[in-house]
Amino acid sequence: MKTEIRFEGGTLTVLLCGDIDHHAASSIRREIDREMAEKMPRKLVMDLTKTDFMDSSGLGLILGRKQKTLETGAEMILKNPSEAVTKLLRLAGVQKLISIVYE
Amino acid sequence: MKKRNYLKAVFPAVSENEALARLMTAGFLMPVGVTAQQLADIKTLVSEAVTNAVVHAYRDREAGEVKMEMSLNEKGILTVTVRDFGCGIGDVEQAMEPFFTTDREGERSGMGLPIIQAFSDSFKLRSDARGTKLVMKKKIL
Repeated sequence: MKTEIRFEGGTLTVLLCGDIDHHAASSIRREIDREMAEKMPRKLVMDLTKTDFMDSSGLGLILGRKQKTLETGAEMILKNPSEAVTKLLRLAGVQKLISIVYE
Repeated sequence: MKKRNYLKAVFPAVSENEALARLMTAGFLMPVGVTAQQLADIKTLVSEAVTNAVVHAYRDREAGEVKMEMSLNEKGILTVTVRDFGCGIGDVEQAMEPFFTTDREGERSGMGLPIIQAFSDSFKLRSDARGTKLVMKKKIL
């Protein structure tokens, strides 16, 4: 499954699909960073609704994007992580850095 | 102790095989009747261990192999062993620190070994110039 990216109303939404592991993360990172540089969003939403699996490489992807938003002043949220992904995020303390919303 | 089942696999230390390792893990565990959370935890353990080998083991040479073994004993304890024959970990204690990474090229979170520690019941790490061997155990039944 491919990552889907859309930009609307100043918000860049990235739908992370499938397995977000080391193999997937580098190309996804390049794609997101290119869109962020072009669109300069006020808000970055990383939608994990269709994320089947994530390991520490996915954490690195998320934390790296958080660093980018700190540099640009954009807001960032994570949306709808599964129970398994939430466990991983909480282990790394990501919820202290990035808002996680469930819809 | 007699093994209920076991799996042995050898594959190149390339990133495409991180998913392969997880698929083999799922295939091995599905008939056993583990919960969805247990399966997710063990897939994560395997993914972290294999990814460490892919990213670090052969960074100074041509990519070698990863050996993965999995066994389930009669007491319901799963043992997963992932080993490589690469450069070894220079400072194991340092590698265990959350967010520590020697990778300078990407955005490695440095959480691989801490996650393995958190998601397994026990693990042993042996590493030297001949390679690294990680043995993880988890009671699943």
